Formats: sequence, C-alpha cells, structure tokens
Amino acid sequence: MSSSQNTHAGVTSGPVTRFLKATEIDTRLLGMIGALLLIWVGFHLFGVFFKGSGSFLTPRNLWNLSVQTASIGIMACGMVLVIVTRHIDLSVGSVLGFCAMVMGIVQARILPEFLGLGHPLIWVITALVGMALGAAIGAFHGWLVAYRGIPAFIVTLGGLLVWRGFAFLLARGETISPLDSTFSLLGGGPYGAIGATGSWIVALIACAAILWMLWNGRRTRALHDFPQRPVWAEGVLAALGCGLVIGATLLVNAYPWPKGIVRQYAAANNIELTEAGLFISHGWAIPVLILMGVGVVMTVISTRTRFGRYVFAMGGNPDAAELSGINTKWMTVKIFAVMGFLTGLSSVVASARLNSATNALGTLDELYVIAAAVIGGTSLAGGVGTIYGAIIGALVMQSLQTGMVLIGFDAALQNIVVGSVLVLAVWLDIVYRKRAK
Amino acid sequence: MTNKGTPLVEMRDISISFGGIKAVDHVTIDLYPGEVVGLLGHNGAGKSTLIKCLSGAYQMDSGEIFINGDKAEIRSPRDARSYNIETIYQTLALADNLDAASNLFLGRELVGPGGFLNDIAMEAETRKIMGRLNPNFRKFNVPVSALSGGQRQSVAIARAVYFNAKILIMDEPTAALGPHETQMVAELIAELKKQGLGIFLIEHDIHAVMELCDRAVVMKNGQRVGTVNVGDVTDDDILGMIILGKKPPQAY
Repeated sequence: MSSSQNTHAGVTSGPVTRFLKATEIDTRLLGMIGALLLIWVGFHLFGVFFKGSGSFLTPRNLWNLSVQTASIGIMACGMVLVIVTRHIDLSVGSVLGFCAMVMGIVQARILPEFLGLGHPLIWVITALVGMALGAAIGAFHGWLVAYRGIPAFIVTLGGLLVWRGFAFLLARGETISPLDSTFSLLGGGPYGAIGATGSWIVALIACAAILWMLWNGRRTRALHDFPQRPVWAEGVLAALGCGLVIGATLLVNAYPWPKGIVRQYAAANNIELTEAGLFISHGWAIPVLILMGVGVVMTVISTRTRFGRYVFAMGGNPDAAELSGINTKWMTVKIFAVMGFLTGLSSVVASARLNSATNALGTLDELYVIAAAVIGGTSLAGGVGTIYGAIIGALVMQSLQTGMVLIGFDAALQNIVVGSVLVLAVWLDIVYRKRAK
Repeated sequence: MTNKGTPLVEMRDISISFGGIKAVDHVTIDLYPGEVVGLLGHNGAGKSTLIKCLSGAYQMDSGEIFINGDKAEIRSPRDARSYNIETIYQTLALADNLDAASNLFLGRELVGPGGFLNDIAMEAETRKIMGRLNPNFRKFNVPVSALSGGQRQSVAIARAVYFNAKILIMDEPTAALGPHETQMVAELIAELKKQGLGIFLIEHDIHAVMELCDRAVVMKNGQRVGTVNVGDVTDDDILGMIILGKKPPQAY
C-alpha cells in the first residue's frame, strides 16, 4: 500500500516515506504501536510525577500485563473473522463462563473419580472438553445464523443470557476451586512460566522463523521476477523483528520469582539459600505463549488459506462470494465454530489463572473482545481486519486498565476512559482511512 | 446462420416464480458453439432471471437444462462452473476489498504445498491475462474498489475467460463503459466466438445486438416473444417485439 499520504504534503520522497515504502511496513501498525508506547510512557511518567515512582515500565508490570492480555487476545483473534464477515458475537463472555464451569466440574468432580486425584491426563482431557464444547456452541450459533437466517446479533445476544444462565445452574452458583494443579499452570504464575532457558529457546525459534520468512519471501518473488525489497530494507526488517523478540525475552527474564516462592521452591528441592537469595526468572508465561501460537496460526489461516480468503471475500461482498461458488452458509458455521473454539481455549486460560471456576467468569468480556478487534482496525462494515491488530488492540485495552489501576483511578473512571478511547480510536481510524484513499 | 447438431446449451420449458409472480414462464432457448445469442426485453422481462438459472444463482421451479445434449443438474454457481459456464454479472460480483488476482481466482485459488495460497503465482497469472485483455492495467496490488469502472469490468471479464469457459454469460457487459472500452469488449466477444465459445449476451442496446449477435431472443413479461436471426430482421422489427410483443414473420 502506498504510504506517501502520511508525510507532509509536498514532500513526496522524504526519507521517512522512502523508508516505509522500501520496508513495506504498514503505517497503521506503526500508529498503533506508537499509541501503545504513548500509553505506557504516559502512565509511567504519571507515576513518576504524582506518586513518587513509576511502576508501569517495570518487568513485573509488563509481565503481568502480558498474562492479563492473553485471555481477551485469544478471543479477539476469532472475533476478527466474525466481524470481517459482517457478523458479531456477543456471547463470548458467557460461553467462556459456561465452558469454565463445565471444565471445573470435569476436572474437580468427574475425572478424579475415574482417574484419581492429580492424574497427569486430567488437564489434557479437561482442556480438550472445554475447547470442543466451545467449538460446538459456536457451530450451533453459526448454524442458527446461516441456515435459520437469524441475525448474529440476536443469536448471540440470546446466547449471552442463555449460557450465563446455564453456567449458574451447573453448580447452582457455587465456585469450584482449586482446580487441577497441572491445569492451573496454563494460566501463568511463577510455575506457569517457562523460565530463562526455555524463553531463550523460544526466542531463538522465533528469530529463525522471522529470518526464514524474509528469505522465503525473496525466493518466491525471484521465482516470478517480481520486484524485490532493497537488501538494506530486508536487513532493517530482520533487525527490527529479531530485536523485538530478544528485547521482550530479556524483559520477561528480568522479572524474578517472588522471594516466598523461591524459598518454597528451594525447600522443596533442597537448595541452600544464600543471603542474597536466588534469582529465578519467570520467562515467558504459558498463556502468553498460547496467545502467540494462536496469533501465528490465525494469521496463517486468515492470509494464507482458502478459508481465510473466503472470510474476507464474504466480508467484502457476500453476493460475489456466493456467486463465486463459495458455500457461504457452511463458511459461517465454521467461522463461528472457530470463534467458539478460541473462546473455549480462552476459558482454559482464564479459569486456570484464577485457579477456580466461577459462573461470573468472563462477564463483559464480549465488549472488551469486540473493542480490542475494533481498536485493532477491524471494520464493522466488514472485509477489513488483521489478527496482529486485534492482539495489539487487546494489549491497548489491557494497558489502559492496568495503568489506571496502578495510578489509582476508581472503576467508574476506568469505564469512562476505556469507553472514550474506544470511540476515539474508531474515529481516528475512519479519518486515517479517508486520507489513505 | 445454420445451426446443426447438438446445441451447446438447451434450456427447455424453464419456469420460475417469486411470490406468485411468474418471472420466467415456460421459456425455451438454445445456444450453439461459436454463436452469440442476444437476450432482449424491458427491465423485468425476465432475462436476467432466466440466465441466473443457468449460472446457478437461482434454482428454477420447473424445466430442464441440457449441456451438449446431456441433462445437467445446476443447483449452485459451483455446479455451473463445473459445466464450464462462466458468468459476468451486471454487478460484476467482485469483492471490493480484495485485489485483482484474489478476485480472479476467487473460489478457485491456486494452492501450493500444504494447501496454502500461492498468491505470487496467482498474481503472475493475472498479469499475463490482463496483459492480453487490458494492457494498460497496472493496479495489481490494490483492492478493486480503487479501480475505475472499465478496469473493474476487465477484471470480471478476465475471471470469466481465464478458466477455459465453453459457455459465457454476459449481463450488460458494456453498461458502465466508455466508447473505447466498449469497443474492446466487442473485439473480445468476436475473438471468443472464433474460439468456439457460446455466448449469451443480455443487452439493452439494439445496435450492439445487431452488431454482435447471431440470433436474438426477445422476452416480455416472463415469456418468450420470439427468436430471430439477426441478419433477417431490422432494428424496428426487434423494437416491435420488445415494446409491443409483436412477432414478425421471420421469427420462430
């Protein structure tokens, strides 16, 4: 896409423009990252000036932020597909709560009867049940929308009430806690992170993947004699990508386990603790790795497969998609099933993080998920949206909330800010798109 | 022209109604290889509806379709494509948010190993065919919403032509075009005809019909008024059929 409109009028080939053109970086992405950094630095400086010390830009806060973003981020990836096809899913929060309750009962009451408490298969079976259940509910919603012609807004508005009600009935409103100990690792926490060495292995794989993608891109372009990016631009992209991965890994490794946990761990493993204590890194949290995995897989699905192409075609022109021989009804069922599957996965993360299943889990999540997708550039008019945008959108939403908690805004004020930011973000996006035309 | 042998397409006794209104009422038409058959009539005469039964967009209530003499079951656009029937819709049926290559291959994407889309190959093929149809076309990497009417039309035409169509349906292909592009479409129709394709052309412009078509079928109120060999009649004869439903002696 051309980026020349984004610099000052009259300057057609300034260094910034040339840089963006050569590297083919999406200017919209840059804008979102800029906004995110602004929020981060803003909250930090607010802390520095008014509270004596900034606590936002610390490894501890950013690590927690990443874990808190995971649940909404996973669902936002699915919501992109739903919104791109001009539908909406208002039921994800309730479905999340319902799946969590079912999984709570399965792992705490049913499976221990057959397998025994603490059996290593419990968490696997439970997670599979949750994801399958989510996918089935999503497929059912999709069937009502596609084959019964009920608007998605109504189907999922009904679902919002129905599934929350079922979640309550399942255990008459009781909270199920604690959950299976392996299962709860999926929600993060000191033991639910992969440590320094594991994190570096992940970082290495990620860097290798980035380099391979750049190299493969060059190779396929060369195969068809298409114009190449200049070599320096490829170098910049490689450095940026790998730099980001390495920087983030340094950050999560800089956050040590709390002293109490270290003492517990040392006692359990007969390690002699010195005066200074042990520095054990958290490293990447498991839910964050799940989110990244989902992000990569969903990006591949939405941009590199027929399924993804049809999603965008349906969003751009439903009639054209139908006339091109795409089975749009079956596609709708599949899209809602994917949304449901990711809701089930998100339910695993959310309930594992709390180490309990409550019937209120996921309340209002649908609004945050939709907001994350929309802030991330998904158009409610359909046909436009990206997975990485939605994940950054989720990060923006979570950053705002975390930041306001840190500087002591109360809940009412938080809602006002989050709501205003949503409207502002969409307005800015509309302005941007008008100018980009 | 003399049409002998098996027709490429025969639509026999087709009827379809919407909410009690007979949009198409027992209409029979046929099409031979290397022939252009014009479909004429007022707005609402049933031309587009009739032809959508062939392209799979609508399902007829009664009647039969024969392709090369064999009975064909066309229930969806996908079925129609499997009989090598391609359609250029009046609305063009393009997904505005996708680029030319994605639209050209929509529903029939080229995939590489692992079932992943081979976008580069699709773009290369698109460049090839656009180079033939519309050499001035340059906007390969932008959504088709950014294209002019003529450019969009050429994408729609390229899509129909690329996949070795045997039967081509064109619904007012020149309605949105300037004189230069209209001429281009006329040349293309002549060339495709030479290659042995059968073309149904829905057209309002009588002069275009006289120039491009071999035969013309006139419809009025869902019924077929008559079919004429374009060489045997005058503009006024056809106009009389369209406006008054009056069948000249040459018609059958």
